[in-house]
Amino acid sequence: MKVMVTVKRVIDPYVKVRVKADGTGVETTNVKMAMNPFCEIAIEQAVRMKEAGVVTEIVAVSIGVTQCQETLRTAMAMGADRGILVEAPADIQPLAVAKLVKAIIDKEQPKLVIMGKQAIDDDANQCGQMVSALLGWPQSAFTSAITVNGDSADVTREIDGGLEKMTIKLPAVVTTDLRLNEPRYVTLPNIMKAKKKPLEVLKPEALGVDIAPRLKTLKTEEPPKRSTGVKVADVAELVAKLKNEARVIA
Amino acid sequence: MSILVIAEHDGKLLKPGTTNTVTAAVKIGGDITVLVAGQQCAAAAQAAAKISGVNKVLLADAPQYAGAVAENITALVLTIAEQYTHILAPATGFGKNFMPRIAALLDVQQISDISAVVSADTFVRPIYAGNVMTTVQSSDKVKVITVRATGFDVTGEGGSAPVENLAVAPDAGLSKFNGQELSKSDRPELTAARIIVSGGRGMGSGENFKLLEALADKLGAAVGASRAAVDSGFVPNDYQVGQTGKIVAPELYIAVGISGAIQHLAGMKDSKVIVAINKDAEAPIFAVADYWLVEDLFKAVPELTQALS
Repeated sequence: MKVMVTVKRVIDPYVKVRVKADGTGVETTNVKMAMNPFCEIAIEQAVRMKEAGVVTEIVAVSIGVTQCQETLRTAMAMGADRGILVEAPADIQPLAVAKLVKAIIDKEQPKLVIMGKQAIDDDANQCGQMVSALLGWPQSAFTSAITVNGDSADVTREIDGGLEKMTIKLPAVVTTDLRLNEPRYVTLPNIMKAKKKPLEVLKPEALGVDIAPRLKTLKTEEPPKRSTGVKVADVAELVAKLKNEARVIA
Repeated sequence: MSILVIAEHDGKLLKPGTTNTVTAAVKIGGDITVLVAGQQCAAAAQAAAKISGVNKVLLADAPQYAGAVAENITALVLTIAEQYTHILAPATGFGKNFMPRIAALLDVQQISDISAVVSADTFVRPIYAGNVMTTVQSSDKVKVITVRATGFDVTGEGGSAPVENLAVAPDAGLSKFNGQELSKSDRPELTAARIIVSGGRGMGSGENFKLLEALADKLGAAVGASRAAVDSGFVPNDYQVGQTGKIVAPELYIAVGISGAIQHLAGMKDSKVIVAINKDAEAPIFAVADYWLVEDLFKAVPELTQALS
């Protein structure tokens, strides 16, 4: 079974994000970049399924700037067999990304597509569901477990009240939640091996997809800061403050 | 303007977040219709009809809407989508699941997780775990929007909208709903609680969460957790507060043994009053706390519970 996994290049989640002085966006010059954590979980899942003999080939796909090739190399160092980059502006919007991913799926015909549930930069949480809808395939969003049984898969999803169990027909799109797995670290020998794996670079026009943005960003700013709090010496002082000053407990 | 709000409910009652979404619809302004889709959910439709500001309720009651399976909810909404200028749902696990499907099939760029309405086509939404706010304007003919509940007030009762039955769409047959394992608790839901007591990695074990439960019960509070505590297996995933968990803004949030990772702060920093208890005097959580106590939680929490008795 062939699996396709998408990976997004984002600002490293441990870096403090700064808004550009002119309010047009977020500063990305000389900022450390990394693979979106949910995409790492997606790659890890595909690699584990290949190690278990369920998957035969893993194709990693990224949509974005030229440097996304590094993200694809990381995916290949984790265990993806080859990479495809569709070159697009860094601020391409989720609907356009979903259309490009669909176009690649039409060519590659994977039986399962694994995507991160959201990217930690724009926090949109849209692409997986959109790709699934455009294909007319079933989806399992926010997945914490998956078992493939021939032409269907049993999945567990994280929902607000607990967990949900579903059976979805394949082909399908699955988006990953945190508890699906813990991604491996890449090793130096695997980084070296990944450099020799095939990486194809495409343009959106070649796939016949219009990527014009639908949303215009009018302003980007920092949220209002909370006023500085006070240190209390002990529990008695805390209770007194909560009762008499904040008045949040009786 | 004609606005469709998709209600989240459990068949009988509306879930927290639904009335906040109606408030967002009121801010956009226009005729507001609430869709209640599910299995045996007539009571929830009656509840929706009472929300102040709602003009009409559509009820789609059929087995294929049990569990709000994304493919089936999408097919249903698409049968009526062209009547609306805006389609809204709460930005919860419920709305996030199917709204992008609706948007994609309408060829619309969804606007996720709005925290404010500027005008009928312009909205504010947090990005980068709430560390950045962005104002976006949509050029799409229909606006497909998920609404962050903490950005909008709860709408009260007082309405008496008519409830109409909506013709159901056939089961898409793509997936089968096999049931839910819901955490059982007598405590309030995280997203609706006035007070939340949350624990982090510092709790050390799931057993130790009993200390927080005792405190929560004294305060009538919900119990939450950081991602570290959930990943460590102390408590189930539905306890998680943060960027990828639940977004909460209670009147009082008590963070216990939580260091304050960016992604946790993203889920609670809009709380009215934040208390942090941590033995590490350098914990980043103190930067957002109104009151902080540098003390071993195993000493402080029982003392606090005792002091409230």
